[in-house]
Amino acid sequence: MKKGWIAYPYVVWLIMFIFVPLLLIVFYSVTKTTDQGIVFTLEHFQRFFEPIYIMVLLRSLYLALISTIICLLLGYPLAMILASKEYRHKRVLILLVVIPMWMNFLLRTYAWLTLLEKNGVINNFISFIGLPRMELLYNQGAVILGMVYNFLPFMVLPIYSVLIKIDKSIIEAAEDLGANSRVVFRKIIFPLSLPGVVSGITMVYMPAVTTFVISRLLGGGQFTLIGNLIEQQFLYTGEWGFGSALSLIMMILILFSMAIMSKYEKENEGGGLF
Amino acid sequence: MRFLKRFYVGIIFFFLYAPIIILMIFSFSDSKFRGHWGGFTLRWYVELFRDREIMSALYYTVIIAVLASIIATIIGTIAAIGIHNMGKFGRNVIINLTYLPMLNPDIVTGISLMILFVFLKVERGFMTLLLAHITFNIPYVIFAVMPKLKQMNKHLYEAALDLGATPSYAFRKVILPEIMPGVVTGLILAFTLSIDDFVISYFTTGAGVSNLSIVIHSMARLGINPSINALSTLMFTTVLLLLLIVNKRSSNNSRKENAV
Repeated sequence: MKKGWIAYPYVVWLIMFIFVPLLLIVFYSVTKTTDQGIVFTLEHFQRFFEPIYIMVLLRSLYLALISTIICLLLGYPLAMILASKEYRHKRVLILLVVIPMWMNFLLRTYAWLTLLEKNGVINNFISFIGLPRMELLYNQGAVILGMVYNFLPFMVLPIYSVLIKIDKSIIEAAEDLGANSRVVFRKIIFPLSLPGVVSGITMVYMPAVTTFVISRLLGGGQFTLIGNLIEQQFLYTGEWGFGSALSLIMMILILFSMAIMSKYEKENEGGGLF
Repeated sequence: MRFLKRFYVGIIFFFLYAPIIILMIFSFSDSKFRGHWGGFTLRWYVELFRDREIMSALYYTVIIAVLASIIATIIGTIAAIGIHNMGKFGRNVIINLTYLPMLNPDIVTGISLMILFVFLKVERGFMTLLLAHITFNIPYVIFAVMPKLKQMNKHLYEAALDLGATPSYAFRKVILPEIMPGVVTGLILAFTLSIDDFVISYFTTGAGVSNLSIVIHSMARLGINPSINALSTLMFTTVLLLLLIVNKRSSNNSRKENAV
């Protein structure tokens, strides 16, 4: 069956809805409309290098980095415990990690407001045990919490799926040869689980950098991230040229780091979720 | 040590489920204000069905998800078969282009489609929303079907043709049953992604057509109508029950297999 042509309708779709739209972003990012019509310009990219915008990018990268590290520190032990043999109901437990994702993520994030606000559940509890109420909302901590909460499953799942495949006899062999549990972890389990860690990091870091909803809901609009900036250009200020330049910069940044990550993963014979 | 592990797992699960439980509890609270308990009521569950905005959002969410996932599954499955039969060069180019919307941040995909629709002077609304959803669903279907095609014995189809089957008959009776698990996975994946999408919908829809995510987002500023909590409680419990049934059945099956 040498019928490659039946893919052509999809190729048309691909060109129409993936390729052309991306070309349009490139087009808008390097042009502006003047009295003489549309002219070529690099001013949108120049504008990005103004300190405030560089700050926004750095803040997005920084908050995403912190969230990714926390996800890794929380997620790795969880994946390890769930993958260990003492749990008979592994499938149910790993399902429990996924199930929250079936509730609308905006709503779950919004529910944190009820927990964190000045008269919220946590503050009521704190004042009930006699401590002063705290400002838990609309700060960096809240944004990071929102990111960790939303993306933690993306860290746990790939690590879990790699850990569960590790050949138990390798671990037993190491133990027989006199390695204690710390050495077994450092020399065997951790190196073998690296592909899962890499795809976990990718799957948490990428959405965390580009989010604009979490920062708005839990940061109260004080923490403009690159996603917020792009949204503003297209929906409020109408500066499509600048917005397109920002999108392009972000896209290149992400595809570039993806390429590095996937190269690393291939060298380690990747596992991962897909 | 064992206790410590259980404690840790418990804490993480508490963290994951606390907002969901809070949300469910407050769907029974007789108060319009967030986080204020006004006594038990079922009022929001009744009002939910009278709320035009929520009902219309639910309608659009479901109809878009159903249409987009079915259309994407058809296009994606046919495309996967085509790509599978292409020369190496064409295949690599198309596969890499197909990866693009999966790797690209949602916001870039959403904005690029928005620019396209504005550029073509298409009024944004139901059709543009549907097109956008089909577009981001197709890659997931293709990558669910491709592995099944690779596993398939390629001579089966030729054998069917030699035995006198027409190409369409051979497709229905030979290829389709072989790749069916992949097609179903793709369909389910596409449906869930479509139901839950916010970012791409946000940029590609127009006035009057909102899905649930968009309604929730616009409500968030002034406070979310508790009926939304009621609706998500209903949806969440339905998914949970379905899952329990499927899990129960599959574990019963595996137990039977073990017994045999």
